[in-house]
Amino acid sequence: MKEPVMPGAVPNPLRNILDRRLPRIAGPSVLVLFGVTGDLARKKLLPAIYDLANRGLLPPGFGLVGFARRDWEDQDFAAEAHEAVRQHARTPFREDVWRQLSEGVRFVPGELHDDDAFDRLAETVRELDARRGTGGNYAFYLSLPPKLFPTVVKQLKRSGLAESSDGSWRRVVIEKPFGHDLESARELNAVVDDVFPPQSVFRIDHYLGKETVQNIMALRFANTLFEPIWNRSYVDHVQITMAEDIGVGGRAGYYDGIGAARDVIQNHLLQLLALVAMEEPVSFSADALRAEKEKVLSAVTLPEDLAQGTARGQYAEGWQGGAPVVGYLQEDGIPPDSTTETYAAMKLGVNTRRWAGVPFYLRTGKRLGRRVTEVALVFQRAPHQVFSHTDIEEMGQNSLVLRIQPDEGVTLRFGSKVPGASMEVRDVSMDFTYGQSFTEASPEAYERLILDVLIGDPPLFPRQEEVELSWKILDPIEEFWTKNGRPEQYESGAWGPASAHELLARDGRQWRRP
Amino acid sequence: MTLYLPRTTTSQISEALAAERHSVGGGAMNMVLTLVIVTDEADHYDAVRAATEAGREHPSRVLALIRRDPEAEPAIDAEIRRPGTSGPGEALLLRLFGPLGEHADSVVTPLLVPDAPVVAWWPGVGPVNPAADPVGRLAQRRITDALRAADPVGDLLSRIVHYRPGDTDLTWTRLTPWRSLLASTMDQPSAWVTAAEVTAEPYYPSADLLAAWLSDQLDVPVERKESNGPGITGARLITGAGDIAVRRLDGRVATLSRPDQPDQTVALPRRRASEALAEELRRLDADEIYEQTATHMASLLNRAGVGA
Repeated sequence: MKEPVMPGAVPNPLRNILDRRLPRIAGPSVLVLFGVTGDLARKKLLPAIYDLANRGLLPPGFGLVGFARRDWEDQDFAAEAHEAVRQHARTPFREDVWRQLSEGVRFVPGELHDDDAFDRLAETVRELDARRGTGGNYAFYLSLPPKLFPTVVKQLKRSGLAESSDGSWRRVVIEKPFGHDLESARELNAVVDDVFPPQSVFRIDHYLGKETVQNIMALRFANTLFEPIWNRSYVDHVQITMAEDIGVGGRAGYYDGIGAARDVIQNHLLQLLALVAMEEPVSFSADALRAEKEKVLSAVTLPEDLAQGTARGQYAEGWQGGAPVVGYLQEDGIPPDSTTETYAAMKLGVNTRRWAGVPFYLRTGKRLGRRVTEVALVFQRAPHQVFSHTDIEEMGQNSLVLRIQPDEGVTLRFGSKVPGASMEVRDVSMDFTYGQSFTEASPEAYERLILDVLIGDPPLFPRQEEVELSWKILDPIEEFWTKNGRPEQYESGAWGPASAHELLARDGRQWRRP
Repeated sequence: MTLYLPRTTTSQISEALAAERHSVGGGAMNMVLTLVIVTDEADHYDAVRAATEAGREHPSRVLALIRRDPEAEPAIDAEIRRPGTSGPGEALLLRLFGPLGEHADSVVTPLLVPDAPVVAWWPGVGPVNPAADPVGRLAQRRITDALRAADPVGDLLSRIVHYRPGDTDLTWTRLTPWRSLLASTMDQPSAWVTAAEVTAEPYYPSADLLAAWLSDQLDVPVERKESNGPGITGARLITGAGDIAVRRLDGRVATLSRPDQPDQTVALPRRRASEALAEELRRLDADEIYEQTATHMASLLNRAGVGA
């Protein structure tokens, strides 16, 4: 006779560590979505919720409440959501799944500062608890500009929605940017921290999904092949790139005054730098990972001369991808004398034994050659060559490229003999693509995130400490830029301003063409 | 594009595949596994189709071995569906004539993707001892489907006696959504489960597996009841505070009822072959829980005096 098992206790007797077929399913809960009429909600969040339901990962007792300044009834919102799902969902549309999901869909119209609206919201979620058995667990997704966070968070507190009782939970999701400098990041944190405990706050950087983080971790630490050369003895320098082919478009109002460095480098590129440069965490837990990332971020050094070690630019009028495009200063809603940069590049150091003397070059920009995010480790040249100079003339440096998006994968570049009687070595690529080897199109970053939030899985996303560390890296550069001159104009559709190319040329290096 | 090679040999097939690779560059290196389907003329169409669909998630080289007249002269007729014709993987349909049907392993061996795992699948009636089968011996994972046998429950029971790590049966795979839903109901606090019931159409091994799984994991008596189907129509966990019940009468949407809570509906569609196959290919290691459950099922049915 086995030991009696207690149902409902931890661990669940029907879950067994050997039973890897059973997916983890979120418990009964309500997801409250602020800013539900926005692009993000329509293109990403609502489809992601449907995809989760379609994969059977949402509980039967699930409620979705939209909150926005629209004169909608529940059905209107459901119809909008239906449309969004049909258009953007990753998995095939199934009427049964949708019908079951839509039974839990509610809409609360109102303004963010309106007390009545939040009281109605509180009623709505309680009604869902009673009718759908959602168990009093609420997650709040703030798909809103950061300046509205304080209002919402205070309203959640006032209306009692933020308070949990008898075993139920409250969680809140906020999106980057987390402030615009160290001080504002701290202020924002104070507001959120006042109402929600740190483990209930999920900061999401949608560029850097959990999937990507785990892929990098697996590549670095599950293999023996890469770690021995992952240091200053073999690596010459590291290039981290995030290029966009679009301009600011509809984000003009938000973008001007923020710029490329705050928008992308502070969170996304510095997170990538941390993942690539960190030491092996003692375990795969969120805390251990965070500890290593914080260590390496605190070891990042700035170039001594910021004028020589950074570059910035604004895209100029021109042609891109076969179409004429306007320059940044001519975009709607951008003041013609704006000094906001749309391209930023910088050379950082990492002051650890592993990386001493290895420069990390970071760059990001809009209206560049194509949309790509990648990390390239460029290796040193062989210390001695038996081949003559002419034989290896066309050979570059070996490199290992982690392609983050699009078409996530890994490329290894090395020299190979050109077939034929003469001796000639030229670069070739060995290529691995996640999309080809495991075509289960990796779940959208948002699917992972929403599921993690509903399950309560500690996020791999940054906590406040990391956010503050990255502002400490960026603030001096922003300050220097504000005081010194204007961003240089660069040609749309090419790879950034001349000063950025000079930045590497001074070190005898050049940017990869991604 | 499809290439026909009548009356051919495995080396000609390999050459054709290599030529293909040279003309496009790259190629089979992206295949994550070789899926060998042992089938016949009647079943192969649906099987290859399911494999192709599953291949979107797991790009693989599909080798369909189709047995023809065992009295004929030994020969292979090959049909090669190139990558891109049917999803990212490639499919080889090999019609084996004469005594070759008995020596299919000799045909399969030269055509396996190097280093990648091999999965064998019998969409029809499978061998009693898959690991001893000539093709099964080459495979890390051997997938059978007891539902196709004349006596499904008996078929599953006779095979579990010969269980080797890597064996699995689609009657178990089809059960995952049910198990997943039941497990999730117990993620929340509930009262003691004292007994359970599983209701399904007769001669349906998945239902017996579900009953055995509940009985094994919860250590309670589980009653197997019969209904008109389709498939499993209900499962009930009887607790001190009332029943946790899942009912699915139409094979599509289930109703979940729990004590002191409103009824909830949940989409629980019956799974298509390609979905079940894709799940099987997701993990290629031994499924201990399947072995444990099937063995437990055998002992339960023997105690009750039914079954094999």
